[in-house]
Amino acid sequence: MLQFLSGSIEEQLIDDPLACELLLRQARSANLLSRVAVLCAEKNLTLQLPRRMQNHLQSAQAVAVANHRSVKWEAKQIELALSAEKVPFCLLKGGAYVVGESVAAKGRVFSDVDILVPKELLEKTERLLIENGWMCTNFDPYDQRYYRSWMHELPPLQHMGRGTTLDVHHAIIPPTARIKSDISKFWECAHKVGEYQHLSIPDDQDLILHSAVHLFCDGELENGLRDLSDLDLLLRDCSTDEAFWTDLLGRAVELNLEKPLFYALRYCHVLLKTPVPVPVLTRTLQHSPGKLMRRWMDFLFFRALAPDHVSSSDRWTGLARWMLFVRSHWLKMPPLQLAQHLVRKGYKRWMKYKASV
Amino acid sequence: MKLSSLPQAELRRRLREEGLGLSIGPFHVNLKSRLNIVAEGLEHLYGAFTLTSDNDFIDFRVALDSPPGLRSCFRPQVNFSFDGFVPFKPLPKVQGFAMFEWGLNWVIANNAHQYLIVHAAVIERNGVVCVLPGTPGSGKSTLCAALVCKGWRLLSDEMALISTTTGDIYPVPRPVSLKNQSIEIIQQFSSNAMMGEVVMDTAKGTVSHMRPPHLSVEQSEKPGTPGLIVFPKYTAGEAPCLTSLTRATALLKVAENSFNYSVLGLQGFKVLGDLMTKCDSYEFSYQSLDEAKETLESLI
Repeated sequence: MLQFLSGSIEEQLIDDPLACELLLRQARSANLLSRVAVLCAEKNLTLQLPRRMQNHLQSAQAVAVANHRSVKWEAKQIELALSAEKVPFCLLKGGAYVVGESVAAKGRVFSDVDILVPKELLEKTERLLIENGWMCTNFDPYDQRYYRSWMHELPPLQHMGRGTTLDVHHAIIPPTARIKSDISKFWECAHKVGEYQHLSIPDDQDLILHSAVHLFCDGELENGLRDLSDLDLLLRDCSTDEAFWTDLLGRAVELNLEKPLFYALRYCHVLLKTPVPVPVLTRTLQHSPGKLMRRWMDFLFFRALAPDHVSSSDRWTGLARWMLFVRSHWLKMPPLQLAQHLVRKGYKRWMKYKASV
Repeated sequence: MKLSSLPQAELRRRLREEGLGLSIGPFHVNLKSRLNIVAEGLEHLYGAFTLTSDNDFIDFRVALDSPPGLRSCFRPQVNFSFDGFVPFKPLPKVQGFAMFEWGLNWVIANNAHQYLIVHAAVIERNGVVCVLPGTPGSGKSTLCAALVCKGWRLLSDEMALISTTTGDIYPVPRPVSLKNQSIEIIQQFSSNAMMGEVVMDTAKGTVSHMRPPHLSVEQSEKPGTPGLIVFPKYTAGEAPCLTSLTRATALLKVAENSFNYSVLGLQGFKVLGDLMTKCDSYEFSYQSLDEAKETLESLI
């Protein structure tokens, strides 16, 4: 899978049905089959592959097309709901790639839509959405409090008719986190797109930076490789433009996101052979942790960013994913708060376990 | 090589170790399982199926195994997994073989969008392929099993795989799933019906699978052109009634029974439009299988 995304095994796939099957299996586990399908089509590779592989790619491409159709429809519906009180909103991640027709939209599939709204309009947004068919699905009082007072998003909303999930954010990093980033600067660079009145999307650099924050600080790594591949496509697309790299580094300083950018560039370069210029890598290295720590992070991320498949896991993979999950919580909250959170969660899990036995 | 020519010990070894590769309609499926009930089900119902060879590309790798833990000692269960992914909660172990059938339905319905997939039984006679779409309880499987026992060819009892490029239907002639009274009705209707183990108290009631006819399995590589769509409905105590449907009504009704119409979008609509130009469509309520057979045979 990693070899395919770095563009180094095309020849082998044509002659070797077993290599093809392995790619199919890993891509499926990493939620990347639709992307493989689009990339194969772009490279004029599809028709040279085994017939069975072509079928899977055709199937996966249909899924991505349906996914994109649905996200555009969702965007329209959200706009319709929020336009009643002129609430501006910004699509994030997958939704922004698709609506903004970015390169990272290629074969991108996702299960929920993420939007950003100004914090002061959060209550109004939630009310408008609920009036228009979205509902909160988690009524646990602790979880509600956790999201509302500590996190950068509301508890996930689900549309009652369509079953789609919507995450409403007011920041890109939890307010309790170590790193602080000024969200108003993020808003400044968001721009309108298409025929939408209230919907905007982040500009290219902010898409990259937000994807980096999400991947390297959020701890949900089930789709880690998919997100890394998004970053890879976004970076490759702009990489020929020299000014781009200077601007990207500058923007990272402005938003105080140098560290996630360091990780993003490092792992894109090492795992997916993204052509990041050496001087850029050297410059971001000043935001790297110490040498020993870097080795340790490599140990964790090399495993956690591989497809979640038996063929690309070793005995440490599970542990690595878990440690990164713990790390993400460590980054999100001050120690005392984290301890409190873990005790609460542990107690609830214990009660649930006791109830089920 | 057919599954039936594999010695019992070798079949079980393959199931335990590298997995048993089977050619099921257009798919290559590899199944791993240590459970006896799965091996027995395969021996009994899948004998006519061709085995895949070592270097074949496998479309779907699935496994049925007991979840770990102490529970296996007092209330044994079975888990279905698709290449390591577990889509369902475990079921009681006795439902192991049935879970293979249900799990495979799920895998196909979610991963084969090169077809428009309609929840329907598909049978053929004299070159006319007949699609019987139906919601659970409409009696489509019962009608399908009955006709198949009387010489119709089985293409599928569960899903019509309509090619998005040619509009032809690809067969997946797997065992026919029968529920509750249907099991006995079919056994009485035909002495040809070979039933698998009867499993009680599943989510669908009592369930058993009927072995697909040898000839249908042999022809499982041969797609057919659809010519007839019949929406069956079992209604006790009433004379059989055949009502012709307009193309538009039939199209909407078939779309309602499709698993992936919304995934295929416009393409799905075009496939259905094309299907309607090839087929006559009817609603058909029946109370006896003999009458139903007679009516359907008069239509082809």
